[in-house]
Amino acid sequence: MVCLKGFWSFLPYSTVISLSYTTRLYSVCAMRDTILNSLLAAAHGLSDEQKEFQKMAFDFAAHEMSPHMAEWDEKEIFPVETMRKAAQLGFGGIYVQPEVGGSGLSRLDTSVIFEALSTGCVSTTAYISIHNMCNWMIDTFGNTEQREKFCPELCTMDKFASYCLTEPGSGSDAASLLTTAKLEGDHYILNGSKAFISGGGDTDVYIVMCRTGGKGPKGISCVVVEKDTPGLSFGKKEKKVGWNSQPTRAVILEDCHVPVTNRLGQEGQGFNIAMRGLNGDLPFVSMVCYLMAIYIFFSSRFYHLLVRKQFGEALSNNQFLQFKLAEMATKLVASRLLLREAAVALQESRSDAVSLCSMAKLFVTDECFNICNQALQMHGGYGYLKDYAVQQFVRDIRVHQILEGTNEVMRMIIARSLLSESG
Amino acid sequence: MSRVLVGVKRVIDYAVKIRVKPDHSGVVTDGVKHSMNPFCEIAVEEAVKLKEKKFIKEVVAVSCGPTQVTETIRTALAMGCDRGIHVEVSGKDYEAMGPLQIAKIFAALAKKEEASLVILGKQAIDDDCNQTGQMTAALLDWPQGTFASEVTIDGEKVKVVREIDGGLETIKISMPAVLTADLRLNTPRYATLPNIMKAKKKKIANMKPADLGVDMVSRVEVLRVDEPPTRLAGVKVETVDDLVAKLKANGTI
Repeated sequence: MVCLKGFWSFLPYSTVISLSYTTRLYSVCAMRDTILNSLLAAAHGLSDEQKEFQKMAFDFAAHEMSPHMAEWDEKEIFPVETMRKAAQLGFGGIYVQPEVGGSGLSRLDTSVIFEALSTGCVSTTAYISIHNMCNWMIDTFGNTEQREKFCPELCTMDKFASYCLTEPGSGSDAASLLTTAKLEGDHYILNGSKAFISGGGDTDVYIVMCRTGGKGPKGISCVVVEKDTPGLSFGKKEKKVGWNSQPTRAVILEDCHVPVTNRLGQEGQGFNIAMRGLNGDLPFVSMVCYLMAIYIFFSSRFYHLLVRKQFGEALSNNQFLQFKLAEMATKLVASRLLLREAAVALQESRSDAVSLCSMAKLFVTDECFNICNQALQMHGGYGYLKDYAVQQFVRDIRVHQILEGTNEVMRMIIARSLLSESG
Repeated sequence: MSRVLVGVKRVIDYAVKIRVKPDHSGVVTDGVKHSMNPFCEIAVEEAVKLKEKKFIKEVVAVSCGPTQVTETIRTALAMGCDRGIHVEVSGKDYEAMGPLQIAKIFAALAKKEEASLVILGKQAIDDDCNQTGQMTAALLDWPQGTFASEVTIDGEKVKVVREIDGGLETIKISMPAVLTADLRLNTPRYATLPNIMKAKKKKIANMKPADLGVDMVSRVEVLRVDEPPTRLAGVKVETVDDLVAKLKANGTI
């Protein structure tokens, strides 16, 4: 809602360098105004309802997340309370069915919401999207007991979730995973380890892809492992370049007994479930990127190019920079359109949905990283200082070209789809 | 105690940099981000709180203006109002619309809806008039609790703590009454996703000022709108004598 502190602490444009809370807040609000108004307006083509969601998410991001973004990054804080506040607004299970506590919205609605939320903190929004993905997987592939057991608490974020697919030996080649699940009576015994798990160690519900059958994707099943299950332990907290508001740890399973009733779907369906989850999340991963790029773009435009003077003129009079800005803007609009198209295709279960999502992920993450990087360059030496948010965005966004399917894997998926159509 | 009317105004968003139109007839509003007046948000929040505490049964959000104001009514519905009323005013009438016309509309609606309370924001951030609440109370001959920073219902009376220049003033007024919300009355809630969706199903009634017997003729005419003068550079002086000499030369003393 209204930022009253910002409202009363009106600061003139000339106070660029000072980075007090109020300047930051005002700058986020001014940014938001331009984002919503300009040529690059994020609100174009949205229904009235979607505009309401977006506005609400922007407000939440500006008041509850943005003021803490730098602190969360520096102190590596997992902002449980703020995320629970977000959950109270319905952000815990955005596209999960209402009968188990979700908000029952569409993928496009969700992408609009995450777009806006990521202006507050990329890293936290990314975690919220992972949490939503896990929640959706249980909601969609779980039976009634599983849905009723897990989803309500995930929707309120009384409990948090993690997605465990990657292993030390299998990243891009996810289907070659080695974590085994041997059936013994009414339990599976899990043995193996998972790497780079977002939220690992601090979350309560782990969606683990493990091998119940033979080699390859068809031998993989999806099992829900709860925290405090004997045999479940964690590695050290990884020290990362960015995404510091979410802990990342290895998840270790040693003779971990998990009841068969915790398996989602059928044996052998696990890989499919895992990919459906990721595909659904692709737009969001990219969305986060996109919004960061937009934020940085405007930050550069307002707070730097228009204000900074060199050689007797504002930087914005420099044609090279004008051209650079134009290119950045063009790529941003293209990114948004591709993302929304992918989200709609996913919602409508179109046959080209997977391909589109891969294209979106590839294009948006690459381009938006470049945009943020260029923005850092435009800020000159200031861009390199941690006082300025630009560097945090560059660091936080860099990982988007790697996770949830590296951009190389995206190319594989797109090529495969193109060649099979022509065959 | 049954019904509260809450006025919500669609204004240019507080974070937007205002630009004056080239013909100096007003400010640029086309394509500019608008949102609910911050003080109106506080008014809605207070009304919804009163309903949650079961002091009132129904909250009706009212806005006057062209079609776009329904967005603002929907936001009020998403915050918890039960239904909305859109009083259609457009074109020249809308441009000339001021507190007196709004007050007449609200007075008529308050009687028609048999409202026990009319809660408004203390002022709008576009014109800063701070008149509508007071005029509405005068037209209805109802007591008014303006600049409210605390509202407590006590039977058929309302205790209002008002923020005034000298500090805080507490008054007790009988209902029906008009209240205007000041900054510290409450912190407006975020609309939740489920509430935004429920708001779609809530009804917004349409009507025209003529239906309420209100004549929209304005007796105020805006002659010209200008930007505030740009701040000039100051002059530094070395001694007090210099300062006095400069002030004298300037004609200030």
